[in-house]
Parts: sequence; C-alpha cells; structure tokens
Amino acid sequence: MPTTTPPPGKAALTGTPLADVTASAATLRRFLHGLPGVDAVGLEARAASLGTRSIKTTAKAYAIDLAISMIDLTTLEGADTAGKVRALGAKAVHPDPTDRTTPRTAAVCVYPDMVATAKEAVAGSDVKVASVATAFPAGRAALGVKLADVRDAVAAGADEIDMVIDRGAFLAGDYMKVYEEIVAVKEASAQARLKVIFETGELSTYDNIRRASWIGMLAGADFIKTSTGKVGVNATPANTLLMLEAVRDFRAQTGVQVGVKPAGGIRTTKDAVKFLVLVNETAGADWLDNHWFRFGASSLLNDLLMQRQKLATGRYSGPDYVTVD
Amino acid sequence: MSKESLGGSAAGATRLSVFKTYKLYVGGKFPRSESGRVYEVTDPKGKWLANAPQSSRKDARDAVVAARKAFGGWSGATAYNRGQVLYRVAEMLEGRREQFVREVADAEGLSKSKAAAVVDATVDRWVWYAGWTDKIAQVVGGANPVAGPFFNLSTPEPTGVVTVVAPQESSFLGLVSVVAPVIAAGNTAVVIASEKAPLPALSLGEVLATSDVPGGVVNVLSGNTREIALPLAAHQDVNGIDLAGADAELAKELEIAAADNLKRVLRPQAVDTDADFTVSPGTHRLTAFLETKTVWHPTGSLGASGAAY
Repeated sequence: MPTTTPPPGKAALTGTPLADVTASAATLRRFLHGLPGVDAVGLEARAASLGTRSIKTTAKAYAIDLAISMIDLTTLEGADTAGKVRALGAKAVHPDPTDRTTPRTAAVCVYPDMVATAKEAVAGSDVKVASVATAFPAGRAALGVKLADVRDAVAAGADEIDMVIDRGAFLAGDYMKVYEEIVAVKEASAQARLKVIFETGELSTYDNIRRASWIGMLAGADFIKTSTGKVGVNATPANTLLMLEAVRDFRAQTGVQVGVKPAGGIRTTKDAVKFLVLVNETAGADWLDNHWFRFGASSLLNDLLMQRQKLATGRYSGPDYVTVD
Repeated sequence: MSKESLGGSAAGATRLSVFKTYKLYVGGKFPRSESGRVYEVTDPKGKWLANAPQSSRKDARDAVVAARKAFGGWSGATAYNRGQVLYRVAEMLEGRREQFVREVADAEGLSKSKAAAVVDATVDRWVWYAGWTDKIAQVVGGANPVAGPFFNLSTPEPTGVVTVVAPQESSFLGLVSVVAPVIAAGNTAVVIASEKAPLPALSLGEVLATSDVPGGVVNVLSGNTREIALPLAAHQDVNGIDLAGADAELAKELEIAAADNLKRVLRPQAVDTDADFTVSPGTHRLTAFLETKTVWHPTGSLGASGAAY
C-alpha cells in the first residue's frame, strides 16, 4: 500500500480537472452545488441490500481479523485517566491476551493531553496514536486555539489528528471558511495523517454529506470520518456508503486516495462486517487495509474478540472472557 | 348485504378456524425462529395441533444475551418484589385456566378433568415457589459462629444464567416445577421446552409477558432438544444447566460440554418422572442454582481492655 502523504490543498490537484475549483468562494460553491444530488431512497436501499450478505466460515474469520486491525480503539470521556489510557494501550497491543495470533488494532484515539501517555503505552508496537483536536467535539473555538490544539497533539507525538469541521460555517453556506480551516489544520499537523470529521448527524441532508466530503478531500484530508460519536446519529451504513462513493470518485478524477473512517454506534461484529462489505463493493479492495479504512469504536472490539473465540473454540463466548473497559 | 355474509357466527354458517401462530419467547418479545423453520406438533395419537418454531443455535445465543441482560435487574430486585411478581404470574395463569386445560389435554392425551387437575397443581406449584423467594435466604443462609472479633454471615446468591432442559413428558406441571425455582432464586432462565409437547410452554411465555416479569428473565425455545441444548451447554456465558428433560445419553454429552467452563450441572434425578411432579418438591431445586457468599465484618477493635463497645 502506498504510504506517501499527499501534499495539502491545491498543490496536489495541479493538473487535474479540479485544480481551479478552490480558486475562490464562488467557484467552490458552484462546484459543490454542481455535484449530483443524492437519491436518498436509492442510497439507503443499496446500503441495506449490501447489509444482507451472509459472510461465513473462513470469510468471516478473515473479516473479523481485518476489522480488528482497522479499529481506532477510542476513549474520549471527560473522566479519562492516565490509567485508563494505559489499559487501552495495552489492549490495543494485545487485544486478546489468551490468543497471541489476534491482530493488533490500528491505533488508539485519545484527547490531546493523553497523547504522551498513550504513546508510552503502545511504545515498541506498530499501533499508532491518534488524537482528536480542534476543540473536539463541538469545534466552537477560534482558529488560533484550534491550531494550537493540533500543534500540541503533534508535539506530544500523535501520529494522526482527528479534526472536526466548523459545522456552523458549513450550514451557513460559508464553504470557503470550512475549506481554509482544514487546509490550515493540515499544515499544522505536519507529518501526522489528518482525519476530517464532518459530524454527519448534524449536516441534515445526504447532499450536505457529499459536499462536505468533497471539501475535505479538496483541502487535503487523508481520511474523511463520519462523526464524533457524541451526537444522536453517528455512522450509518448509508452515510458511510455515500462517503465511500466520494473517495472512489475523487481517486478516479485526481489519482489521490483518501481513507474513510465511520465512527460511533458500530458495536457488533455483524455491523462491522456489513461496513467491510460496503467498502469492498463500493470503493474496492484497495481500501480493505487499515491504512485506508478505520472503525472508530470501543465496545466493538470486545464483540469481535468474542466472535473470534467462538470461531476458534466452537463455543459461544461471553463478556466474562474479555476486558471491562 | 344479506345477514349471512356479515362477520360473526350467524346460525348455519360455518366459521373459519382462527389458528394460533405459536412463537418463541425471547427477551420479552415473540420472535419466530431466526432459521425460519417450524415443525409439526401432534397429540399422542398423531393428530396435528399446531406448528411450533424449530429454534436454531442462534436463537439459543440470542436468548442467552437476553437472559444476561435481564440478570442484573432480576437478581438485584428485592426477594419480596420477586415473590410479588411471581405471584402475579400465578394470577395470570389462573385467568387462562381454560386455555391451559385444553392445551395440556391435547399435549398429553389426558381427559378434560385430569388436565384440569394438572393445571390446578401447576398454578399451586407456582404460588408455592413464589412464597419461597424471601424465605430461602433464612433457611440456607445465616450467621456463622467464628473464633474472632467478626460477624460472619453466609447468604445465598443466584448463580446467573441457567439453561433449563424442561421435562419431555410433563409438558406443563413438569415445566413449571423446573422453571419456577430457577427464577424464584433470582436466576434468569433459557428454557428448552419439551420437544414433542412444546405448546403449553410457548403459551406460558404469553403469560409471563403480561405479568410484570421483566423481559429476558425467562426465555422459551422450542425445537429439537439436542440441537438447542448442545450449544447452550458449551456456552461460556451460561452459568448453570438443569438436565431434567435430557435422556441418559444426551445428559452425558451435555455434562461433558458443560465441563469446559465449570458450569453448575443439575443431573436428571429419579424424581423427574411424570408422576412424581405431583408430589411436594422440597427446596432442592431452589438451592441447586444458588451460590453461598460468606462475608466477614469486623465488629470493632479489641483493645487491651477488651471489646471496644
């Protein structure tokens, strides 16, 4: 898998049909409103029909291990302690201590002040540390504060930055402000990969989710992410399908591959496998790798581990055999 | 419109039968089997009675999830409250007496009067166990004399999620005689109904749903006993299994499967025959799925001058 990070913003798009889209607020608006409208009924029906695939035996074992390797093991609570973050790090490195063949998770995801602790906890493994930033989850702070938040996290050693967009500006139609903010954060995050959270549950329409996806990708996001997990509606198969279509189309037009991260509300193996089917059938097998697709989740891992134990032993497992986080 | 074409049973018109769709009872809901299968239930003479759902191991797994979810609330309820709820079940059973008399008569090939006696005994059995909820702790728990400045108390606590393989012959009295003690003690149950006579058990689900018993405390599955019991016996999240309705060969298999996570196993006993469910059961089924917790409480420091109080 290619691991080069595309340079931010317009530079990446030089020579592509999208090069001058972000020249001004007017051209950006014209481009976003020129994107085809989303057929909501069709989208939901497509997502639902892909969710009916039956994945069994060896394919299921493959899907479970792949899903575990794609998890951003997350704790984003006001009550997070250094001890809890260390426990989470230990779990990310050895998800099932009774079975060392279990793959590691992709990353742990914490608040910026916990990055150093998390970094220590996963030291020596290839587990990455992701940090939310930019006044997560609301994103209601001045740009300077948001950038300082990002630099802080990067300085503490974060490998990945999860930023939130300014939903207020987006809903007010100020697309250029959203775009420029992402470009600025991308610059501030330096070598860290940038995930852009749209909080799809607050964007009201599928058309808005499609527009937000394109703004994020044009501004140089390495990942586009559905939600913070802090609002009522989080990742759904339909909005993830829509974002997968966007990254597929973006690569077709520019050659730049962007990752997708659904987050929040994915709790069972069955759900996770449905998302993997969506990825394979929409974006393609190129995205079936934790460099390009992630799950933002915490309780999902336990269910995956219980299913994995079931496949290994033939006996249904129970919550007594996984950790309480 | 002529009078004959109106709904209702006008004289002379043949009324179409309204057949009942028997369904499982899992987590307070009435799902069909996840597998979509049903099997034919007949009376002892081979006359068709109804189609019952044929559960798969996934239905069993879902039932365990529901039972586990319900366990905290049910075991945490006061013993007095559990007694009230169980008494309410007996009230509801009494209200559906006619239905159960018919179903038991069909299922076991009994006459109406014999079936009525069985149903009455069943309701009485339920009331009897309802009364035990807040008394069993006094009988099997207590304060232990110890040589030290401590109170030492033993209290019985429910084991957890218990799989009940209901008796095959006694479809109603036998069923209640094994289910009621399990939940009276504060456990939650996944019940595998009698394979050839599951209808009274499935109807009992309807009674439980309308009598304040929280969803998931009792889950009723029908189908091939062996097919459902094996994954449940091996299930890591099931804490106990009552083998009342398993024949010798199946019981042995289930015991082996249950050994893997050290499940508490209640073996089929001589009393678990049809006739013997009519005699007073004693408390052994209540205590079978209780664990004894013993705690030590310091009574205070003993200074040089003796007791502090």
